[in-house]
Amino acid sequence: MTAPDRLAEPAASEEERAGQDHFDRIIAEDSRIEPRDWMPAAYRKTLTRQVSQHAHSEIIGMQPEANWITRAPSLKRKSILMAKVQDEAGHGLYLYSAAETLGTPRHELNQQLLEGRAKYSSIFNYPARTWADMGAIGWLVDGAAICNQVPLCRASYGPYGRAMVRICKEESFHQRQGWEILYELSHGTPEQKQMAQDAVNRFYGPALQMFGPPDGDSPHSQQSMAWNIKRFSNDELRQRFVDMMVPQAEALGLTLPDPDLKWNEERGHYDYGALDWNEFKTVLSGAGPCNVQRMQRRRQAHAEGAWVREAAVAYAAKMAERAAEQTEQTERTDRQLIGA
Amino acid sequence: MTTDITSTEGTTGTTTEWPLWEVFVRSSRGLSHVHAGSLHAPDATMALRNARDLYTRRNEGTSVWVVPSAVIASSDPDSKGGYFESAQGKAYRHATYYTKSEGVKHL
Repeated sequence: MTAPDRLAEPAASEEERAGQDHFDRIIAEDSRIEPRDWMPAAYRKTLTRQVSQHAHSEIIGMQPEANWITRAPSLKRKSILMAKVQDEAGHGLYLYSAAETLGTPRHELNQQLLEGRAKYSSIFNYPARTWADMGAIGWLVDGAAICNQVPLCRASYGPYGRAMVRICKEESFHQRQGWEILYELSHGTPEQKQMAQDAVNRFYGPALQMFGPPDGDSPHSQQSMAWNIKRFSNDELRQRFVDMMVPQAEALGLTLPDPDLKWNEERGHYDYGALDWNEFKTVLSGAGPCNVQRMQRRRQAHAEGAWVREAAVAYAAKMAERAAEQTEQTERTDRQLIGA
Repeated sequence: MTTDITSTEGTTGTTTEWPLWEVFVRSSRGLSHVHAGSLHAPDATMALRNARDLYTRRNEGTSVWVVPSAVIASSDPDSKGGYFESAQGKAYRHATYYTKSEGVKHL
């Protein structure tokens, strides 16, 4: 190009202004941002944090469930639980791929988790004590996840929205199998019914906390809504979830552990009691019942899986070498034939 | 792109970087392959196997392609306007542009 050199500084800001205009227009039109589009640094950072945290949660979330694979009450239940754990791994991979398109490589995201620099959903720091917990986790935890994730299918960042579409399709199987586990137990012996009720009692509160702190206390919400990443506030989603859970609990023949829970004719919603946000903060800050155990297990699995990753690389190298040898041999034979 | 496969042992375990592959799935015969997502794998064979495991667990496909992400050439998003502009303003390329024949059968 023969155009005179421009000063780097104004050129950059001019480009940035054009980029910002383009970005603002796409957001205003409720269209999607794709990986190679210009985007504000804060948008990239927010999404990298949110999508990778989401991925970490899927991966850590495999642990409480894997805990029950060997003890599931029948071969069918074992198969279902294994399929579910496999799905969680898959969800983690979809999300890591989406996060990577924002510019942070996979190994860096993984390292952030292993070193405790990245967070994951606080719910997975609670233990899965009984078989009924598999039911409560499927029904309440995956139920809350779906409620949260369905609007994320319309997130303004293309790869994230597409990953969420795929995930939501698979999640409904998880919730139904959980509900069915609880249904079987609540229609079994009194002990089984009690086990189901205990599990619901333990997971209901933490499941409601999965939507995040109350709106007035949620630092990133406003900006995320302006960017069309989030579509509904934490409290809106939580209310929607409570309204869905009450009739489902009735169908199970179980109660939800909230004395303040009652239908509000005026609002057309269920009123619900205060949640223990101190407990939420404690668990999030690393002092929950299983935080240490979950992280230890994750680090151990990563270290013990090293040989698998190394073997895969060695095998790929060997196959490439063998293929090259074969090609060379064929060429040599061809040359000989032509020569003869 | 050179694919640097490195292993670094540390207190937190091993980091191995595998190249990235884009996965395309054909949902049924007669349709085109559609981008389904991406994954990391050390070679094409394993990329294909992992793509099968990851993206076709629920009868999503009858055929899978994997392509190294590094070999995909794409248009520059910054020149989006200019690049696709020539298609704009050429309404005569669409059948609906021709209105005189309205009401005439089989045309």
